[in-house]
Amino acid sequence: MATTPILPKLVGERVKRREDPRLIQGRGTYVDDIKIAGMQHLAFKRSDVAHGRIRSVDVAAALAMDGVEAVFTGADIAEMLGPMPIGTPFPSPPHRAVAADVVRYAGEPVAVVVATNRYTARDAADAIVVEFDPLPAVVDLERAMTGQPAVIHADFPNNLAVPFVPSGTGVSPDGSTVDDTAIDQAFASAEVVLSQRMINQRLVPNAMEARGVVAHFEPGKGSMTIWSSTQNPHILRTMIAAMTGLGQDQVRAIAPEVGGGFGAKINIYGEEYVAAVVSKRLGIPVKWVEDRSEAFVATTHGRDILGYIDIAANRDGKVLGLKMRLIADIGAYNMLLTAAIPTLTMLMANGTYDIPAIRTTLTEVFTNKTPTDAYRGAGRPEATYFVERAMDMLARELKMDPAELRRRNFIPSDKFPFATQMGAVYDSGDYPKALDAALAACNWPALMAERDAARKEGRLVGLGLAMYVEVCGLGPSSSLPTGGWEHSQVTIERDGRISATTGASPHGQGNETTFAQMLADQFSVPIEHITIHHGDTGVVKQGIGTFGSRSQAVAGTALHLAGGKVKAKMAKFAAALLEAHEDDIVFENGKIGVKGAPASAKTFAEVAGYAYVPVPLPPGLEPGLSDEAFFEPANNTYPFGCHISMLEIDRETGEPTLLRLVAVDDAGNLVNPLIVEGQIHGGLAQGIGQAMIEEAVYSDEGQLLTGSFMDYAMPRATDFPRFEMHSTVTPTPVNPLGAKGVGEAGTLGSTPCIVNAAVDALGEFGVTHIDMMLRPEKLWRIIQGGKA
Amino acid sequence: MAHVTMTVNGKVRRADVEPRLLLVHYLREQLLLTGAHVGCDTSQCGACTVLIDGRSVKSCTVFAVQAEGSEITTIEGLAAKDGTLHPLQEGFWAEHGLQCGFCTPGMIMSAANLLRDNPSPTEQEIREGIGGNLCRCTGYQHIVNAIQHAASKR
Repeated sequence: MATTPILPKLVGERVKRREDPRLIQGRGTYVDDIKIAGMQHLAFKRSDVAHGRIRSVDVAAALAMDGVEAVFTGADIAEMLGPMPIGTPFPSPPHRAVAADVVRYAGEPVAVVVATNRYTARDAADAIVVEFDPLPAVVDLERAMTGQPAVIHADFPNNLAVPFVPSGTGVSPDGSTVDDTAIDQAFASAEVVLSQRMINQRLVPNAMEARGVVAHFEPGKGSMTIWSSTQNPHILRTMIAAMTGLGQDQVRAIAPEVGGGFGAKINIYGEEYVAAVVSKRLGIPVKWVEDRSEAFVATTHGRDILGYIDIAANRDGKVLGLKMRLIADIGAYNMLLTAAIPTLTMLMANGTYDIPAIRTTLTEVFTNKTPTDAYRGAGRPEATYFVERAMDMLARELKMDPAELRRRNFIPSDKFPFATQMGAVYDSGDYPKALDAALAACNWPALMAERDAARKEGRLVGLGLAMYVEVCGLGPSSSLPTGGWEHSQVTIERDGRISATTGASPHGQGNETTFAQMLADQFSVPIEHITIHHGDTGVVKQGIGTFGSRSQAVAGTALHLAGGKVKAKMAKFAAALLEAHEDDIVFENGKIGVKGAPASAKTFAEVAGYAYVPVPLPPGLEPGLSDEAFFEPANNTYPFGCHISMLEIDRETGEPTLLRLVAVDDAGNLVNPLIVEGQIHGGLAQGIGQAMIEEAVYSDEGQLLTGSFMDYAMPRATDFPRFEMHSTVTPTPVNPLGAKGVGEAGTLGSTPCIVNAAVDALGEFGVTHIDMMLRPEKLWRIIQGGKA
Repeated sequence: MAHVTMTVNGKVRRADVEPRLLLVHYLREQLLLTGAHVGCDTSQCGACTVLIDGRSVKSCTVFAVQAEGSEITTIEGLAAKDGTLHPLQEGFWAEHGLQCGFCTPGMIMSAANLLRDNPSPTEQEIREGIGGNLCRCTGYQHIVNAIQHAASKR
């Protein structure tokens, strides 16, 4: 008797990615690879001053150039396009895609050229002459808060975008009443109080593919197709429709191959709107692709939060109180999520700890810099950095093992779900387990002995430890203006193959693989028979997008639920075909049969074919096998972990070298550990980059001094040791998969664990805090007896 | 306009080009070989790396006219004629050496040059060998694994 090979179970396996064959052969199609007949190219003329009133824009020379189709100034664009909307409920000043009167950051568009090719478009943009009456540039954050040297937006006195939001112990949920009794008492009664000003510096996201857009309005059809390097084509469709006056049914948004996003491609940008309205006005397809030097100033930046941190504790290490006064430098304008990002820092301020009294306050400030928005981790790395630096300072003050100090303050493992005073409900957690796993993985006592031995040789070696907890799987619709659900449609095709759509639009996350693994197991079919469609609103009916480490937890669950619906219907057809009861139907090895009677089983394709030519049609069934699901999570998920680093600083030069990085991450249940490792590696690299080499630096005139890869230190392969990866598994009860999300995790623990190590390494010089990044010159000065 | 002749992935290509046209734009926009990507404008990122006469070169640093008479291999020409993947392509696939894939063609071409010069590099030599190529997604560890994988198969 012939035996069929048993299909391997794929969920939980290190399956090679199905995206890769095209990408390793140069056959991926990114935005800049798209060509349409008649397509013209856009180039933006951008402000070279940080703050100034536009006196004149002379486009005559540009218009006179061969190959220039049109030039639009800010005033021209304003006739076609209203002010850009934001996605948060905070008050926001008007923001035009192309400035018409005042420019507020160097790099802000002032005109746009349409030309036959990109070289000509660039030449023409260069030929536009803009004259400005300069205004004082607002660069220093704390000076900006006094309205000096200028007020950037008339209706926002002292440059306060968000004047003051309190949160935590004694603060009513709407922030309207504040009772200081508990927090004051905690600090008054504490045996130790430490205070530190800390900067979580501004970063440039720098996805390797800069942004790009192709907009194609077809006058005869009255519809628009827009390709964009975006993380969320469905949000793009919504916004483009709203801004162009088209219906959502008339706009098709496509995220083709997208070369990384890291949060900076969530925002819907002025260039996307401009491409759309210019295409509509001229009736031709247009393309704009961002240069890297443009991307540095024109794509949103990340982080840039100043924290005044106070921690109160008893000498036994029990933390009694924590205060975080947060001041965010959000740059010149509110973008889609700008104002909301620092609120996530407030939400996660207590980290993995049960702190009896905690208070955060938030102020957001306009400056003449590129606007900030989400960057990998988006508010949570900042929270982790502040609380973990504070815990480490406390451990040093108390001369206590930093691991032991943390252990004494953890939220107990039997207290989940745990409602924090910041308004989060942590779904599940086991922080001692992650800590113990990390201590065991690095052999903490041996590592300390190794450090001490190195010090005896005169080397400056330090150890750093940090816990983290992150809010992921965003999120209930109550927390997102777009809606917080995700959508999937699963179709069994007539030949028995499976097409599935997901609203999570990946840009490196590997959903085509992980989601196919899930369906292969769910239906017991070969993974080769499955195609996952994404990133095209013409194919994927509904969706929100990819951000907040939500793909697996939210979109994966939607896929699982849609698959379940189709499978139930398919079982009914199979039952009819096999003259059995649907409860007895089993899906096994690409076949569908009756429990205990494998010989009678039908192939998957046979049952599928019957469902589409249902003769006879079983009573109560419609033909076809396709169904959808919207999954609305009841809560966020809260993955966590512990990172430990060993760092050496060269006594002569101050040059830091990361010797070891041990990461324990708990993202709940995993579908593909290979992909998960890759996600964590990437997060670690960005966190290490922030801690050690990355920083967006502005001059007093508001010019970005780190405006190219020659000036902004992007991590290279030689900057890292081999990461040592470990995990614990604590499933979430929030979704049936038990998956929490992992995309941002690496950026959280890595920054504090490295700075903690640097402070440890330089402990002999009396230093208690060093602001990122760990520039050798800064460390050298400490070694030479100066201050950080 | 200047006339150029070069052999690209085994085929002789002739064209009239603007003297200022970068090789990467010639490959991408005239030959429609879009595997080489443009990731920066300062020759730092290496996403546009191709082989010119067997050596890895950032094709944004070369004008098309400077490639006159040369033999160019792009990522599209790396696999064997029968479609068999190059060991580096196999390695990147097996070891999850890519995520968004944008830096990947350049990374693979640089690695090809590295393995040509040093068929069994140490991990440190690999990290130094791809020092001219930026990746923002992977943290490089799986790329190192991928190149080790390829080296072990040669």
